Amino acid sequence: MRAEGAAGLSEEAAGKETLVARARSRLWRGRWILGAASLALLATSAMTGGPVFAALAGMLFVTAVTVFLPAGGESGRTAEGPALRTAGFSTADLIGAVRDPVIVVDQQTSVVETNAAARSAFLLLEPGTLLSLRFRSPEMQRLLQHLSEAGFEGGEAEYLERVPIERLYRVFASPAGSSGLRVLVFRDRSETRRIERMRADFVANASHEMRTPLASIAGFIETLRGSARNDPAARDSFLQIMQNQTDRMARLIDDLLSLSRLEMKPLIDPDSRVDLVAVVNDVIGALAPLALDCEVAVTREFALDQAPVAGSRDELFQVFENLLQNACKYGRSGASAVVSIAEAGSAPSREFQVTVTDFGPGIAEEHIPRLTERFYRVDTNGSQKGTGLGLSIVKHILTRHNGYLSIVSELGKGSAFTVHLPAA
Amino acid sequence: MQASHIVRSYDDDLKFLANRIAAMGGHAERMVDDSIRALVNMDQVLARKVIADDAVLDEGQREIDERAILIIARRQPLAGDLRAIIGAIRIAADIERIGDLGKNIAKRVVAVSETRQPLRLFRGIEALAELTLTQLKDVLDSFATQSVDRLGLVRDRDARIDAMFTSLFRELLTYMMEDPRNITACTHLLFCAKNIERIGDHATNIAETVFYAVTGTLMPAERPKHDKSPDVVAAPKGS
Ligand SMILES: Nc1ncnc2c1ncn2[C@@H]1O[C@H](COP(=O)(O)OP(=O)(O)OP(=O)(O)O)[C@@H](O)[C@H]1O
Ligand SMILES: [Mg+2]
Repeated sequence: MRAEGAAGLSEEAAGKETLVARARSRLWRGRWILGAASLALLATSAMTGGPVFAALAGMLFVTAVTVFLPAGGESGRTAEGPALRTAGFSTADLIGAVRDPVIVVDQQTSVVETNAAARSAFLLLEPGTLLSLRFRSPEMQRLLQHLSEAGFEGGEAEYLERVPIERLYRVFASPAGSSGLRVLVFRDRSETRRIERMRADFVANASHEMRTPLASIAGFIETLRGSARNDPAARDSFLQIMQNQTDRMARLIDDLLSLSRLEMKPLIDPDSRVDLVAVVNDVIGALAPLALDCEVAVTREFALDQAPVAGSRDELFQVFENLLQNACKYGRSGASAVVSIAEAGSAPSREFQVTVTDFGPGIAEEHIPRLTERFYRVDTNGSQKGTGLGLSIVKHILTRHNGYLSIVSELGKGSAFTVHLPAA
Repeated sequence: MQASHIVRSYDDDLKFLANRIAAMGGHAERMVDDSIRALVNMDQVLARKVIADDAVLDEGQREIDERAILIIARRQPLAGDLRAIIGAIRIAADIERIGDLGKNIAKRVVAVSETRQPLRLFRGIEALAELTLTQLKDVLDSFATQSVDRLGLVRDRDARIDAMFTSLFRELLTYMMEDPRNITACTHLLFCAKNIERIGDHATNIAETVFYAVTGTLMPAERPKHDKSPDVVAAPKGS
């Protein structure tokens, strides 16, 4: 980010230089001043380099481009009038070149222009939308109130959004010259916040969830050293239970780690492409040993050859892996599982649906709405098979992909978990 | 000259209402979020802040009511604007109630903190609150953009909030029956869950008001066939 801003600035200076040279030679020396100015900027941004400064550099970049372009924009290509030199350039192009979300508003906080980063970070930002209605947190309300006053000279605030995904931004607002417009630049600070929260969460959850298996292992060790010392049959079964518990603890750590990694990653790149058919095939292949172990026959029912969506292959792999794993582990008694891929809906809301169906015991109705809670397991005392994190990871990944999970289940008949993802 | 002056300040009147509602909404969203965090983390300082914050919403509602009545009296608005103004009064009332419910949760923090309750119950409450806050955010966003496209999800999400509440209710009851010492704390948690569920109801009311203000017709009672929601859905059997 910083490097780009710097490159932009020096290019700008170079463009300015040619124009100055051609038009008024007595300003020739001015290039040194300009050069020195941009060098100074470069140097400061390189030296301080904090995230806040990077944002400021971004803003400076916008301002610099806005100020310089009308004069020197296309000077290299044409020597016609000044009107032609700016042809093809607009505010939208300019703010579009900035990676951070940028929103330009009028004094009533009504949206005038947004860049692609802003539109993908915050939906519903059509021109004319009042920003004060969209960014309602008390801190942003204060900033926007301040911004709508006549003598506004700039300010900043934090913007925190909790649902559906926790995000935190540092927002810098400044007046755009004497135009009466204001420019807001959003710097994503979610990661720092998530790291902080994750640390606390991880400690709380891991310690709590580890205590039970640890206590049980400790208990068995005690028994093995005491009363069961000379009972080989009991020893074997105790060791088996202890191994199950350590397996579960290992799995718990894996799950917690993958959940926290997910919580730290930024949003999905809307331009990335993943083929669901390929991912699902890979998952079925990877889980073949487990399916064999559980004596579950997996069949494919694909209505499509290709199902491209925007997203991350690894994360989507994890989604289907979790679902098929569950179908094998919990739907064992049904002896088979079906994975189907289909499409539904039309043009703007076309989606792909991947369904994993098993014919096992099914899930009672009152549990269904809660399956995606962290650590939620239907049968808490009985089976120690899982950690209860699988489906909460699934939900988290799907939320990031603008998708969702739907569950249909009937006791005694089986369960169907359907992943809905918007088609790319 | 005169005419344009009147038009502009009438516009300002309506903008004032919308802005005040958004500010109240943001305040209520924060209060609910804070109250749940206070409950889960047993944070009594945060709980006290939530309780104090409620006064802002009472004041906001009074301000909106007064301004709305003035606008109606002075401008004698036509159908569309009148719907928006009456809508503002109703939405402000719903938001004020949401604030009260958040404050009520905050007030229970002390009692719940007295005995140690299993993490599992708090996770259930958190998940319920997350769904409800998503509902509230979506509804207030629809108010901001005056668009009814996403309101189709509201009914479905409301049904999910209810289902989750029912499941949580059951779990709390079981827990109370297992050990009578849990009864006091669990009763408070039960009321907290109920409050969250009612916050969801108020969010649905706001959605209905927005729908009516924008379209002039009532929001359809059933959820549409092709609904889409970024979360888990317990689809009806046999569908
Ligand atoms: N296909 C299924 N049939 C019956 N019950 C299921 C099915 N899938 C999930 N469940 C129930 O939902 C609970 C939560 O599942 P989830 O995948 O979140 O966690 P887990 O399988 O226990 O742990 P992990 O996935 O980390 O091994 C499970 O404990 C199980 O009781
Ligand atoms: Mg699982």
